[in-house]
Amino acid sequence: MVNANAAPHVEVSDLRLSYGMKEVIHGISFDVRRNEILGVIGPAQSGKTSLLRCINRTIDFTPDIHLTGRIVIDGEDVRKVRNVYALRRKIGMVAPLPVGLPLSIYDNVAFAPRSAGLTRKGDLAAIVEQCLRQAALWDEVKDRLASLGTKLSGGQQQRLTIARALSHQPEILCLDEFSIAIDPVTTMRIEDVLKELRRHMTIILVTNLTQQARRLADRTMFLWKGEIVELDTTDVIFSEKPKDQRTRDYVEGIFG
Amino acid sequence: MNAPPVPVMFVETAAVRRKLRQETLAKWIFFSMAAAMVVPLLCIVGYLIVRAAPSLNLEFLLEVPKRGMTEGGIWPALIGTIYLVFISLAVSAPIGILAAVYLNEYARDNWFNRAINLAVINLAGVPSIVHALFGLGAFVYAARFGYSIISASLTLAIMTLPVIIASTRESLASVPRSFREACWNVGATRWQTIKSVVLPNSISGILTGVILQVSRAAGETAPVMFTGVVFFKAAERGDIFPYYLNEQCMALSMHLYTLSTQVPGVKESIPFATAVVLLALVVIVNAAAISLRVYLRSRKKW
Repeated sequence: MVNANAAPHVEVSDLRLSYGMKEVIHGISFDVRRNEILGVIGPAQSGKTSLLRCINRTIDFTPDIHLTGRIVIDGEDVRKVRNVYALRRKIGMVAPLPVGLPLSIYDNVAFAPRSAGLTRKGDLAAIVEQCLRQAALWDEVKDRLASLGTKLSGGQQQRLTIARALSHQPEILCLDEFSIAIDPVTTMRIEDVLKELRRHMTIILVTNLTQQARRLADRTMFLWKGEIVELDTTDVIFSEKPKDQRTRDYVEGIFG
Repeated sequence: MNAPPVPVMFVETAAVRRKLRQETLAKWIFFSMAAAMVVPLLCIVGYLIVRAAPSLNLEFLLEVPKRGMTEGGIWPALIGTIYLVFISLAVSAPIGILAAVYLNEYARDNWFNRAINLAVINLAGVPSIVHALFGLGAFVYAARFGYSIISASLTLAIMTLPVIIASTRESLASVPRSFREACWNVGATRWQTIKSVVLPNSISGILTGVILQVSRAAGETAPVMFTGVVFFKAAERGDIFPYYLNEQCMALSMHLYTLSTQVPGVKESIPFATAVVLLALVVIVNAAAISLRVYLRSRKKW
């Protein structure tokens, strides 16, 4: 268990987000501590994905949104960051469905460092190997790095996606329901990877599988209809006595 | 005497038979309509080739018109058409493709971009004779290019531009949005995303769209007739550079029109042979577009 007094890595305060006239996040505030795994659980439409998109500011690509409140990472308000590309490199993002870019496996992982201006072959090769190893994919693909990333199986593509998310050496890793499209065995392998990674980075794990949060997260947040129902250590959330009855109902599968 | 019970599910009742009959009938009606499309094409091509046969040979391509256009070949018109097509596409393809990239990749949904969209759609619907008048006013007179290859090419360029924009946007939009999001997530700019993922995967559609405009530019008569294509222009046999760009030229479409309606005593097979050449030019270009598409598709990466 992580030291409860660790400095917050991400501070969210009074975050509100609307798509058009429809408010989907209703002023939520929470911290993510350094080197913890924060599990975010909640049914569909509860604002989980939108929250992640606010954090790395890919929400900017959605037209007609209205966003207020503050998200502070390392003392900087992400909404005021001018160099959003550097911000996004600080945050690794893994989407629900695996996305192998239509490039070679090597280029899939080298894409981000190249975009950031790294050109030396040796450095790139080292990063590619390190990230593929971290994502537990290296042994399966080391002999065919030049073949297409899109030709890999679903589980391999998801690990490729994770390798790509690690390739820009993020300090925060956000995973958005990463196990939706992959089998349980691969899921367990990736979960082992995450346990390993949390030593170097802060992880926000959005998941539909409450048991996944239970296995991995230090603290768990229950988000429901754009509001935080409860945020506490995972032990409390999954205990007999969370503070809110809805939390108990949800994790026990009574509603949601 | 009890007959063994027949499983009810597979009994062919009257209702089932009627359903099957309708199914067969429907299929044949649809098929015959589709097959009927081939008939006019075969008739046109067959008729043209039969009537053109006496004149169809290499000499006809390379020779210049003789004896007041009643004999000889079509070289100056053929080369003029090639000039017009290449110059007009050299102008409209880059502008159209870049504009489409902006509209599809960068433009936000606001009144200005909606206005651009509306302009593109309406420009595509303008009849060619109106383009011709515009070209006459804008390029021949206002820009002082005179009646020339330049004026005619620019007029054709404006005519093909909206279609190139539309087809390019369509191929850009066929690249899944998840690819773009994956790139943005790792801190790539829009341009880096476009350059390394979007364009390489939409280039086949973009090129096909551009090449298909060749046939349109080659076939139009009105826009070039108003702006720079003439009845007759002297040229050497087989000369690849018979025109300066500020001069008027001949073109196949216009040539066909004049031969058929304006010149008395033309050898009968010559207009038909001209039509065959125009048609062949279009078919060759389209075939090239299709094979390019097949080739690039075979390398498609997802």
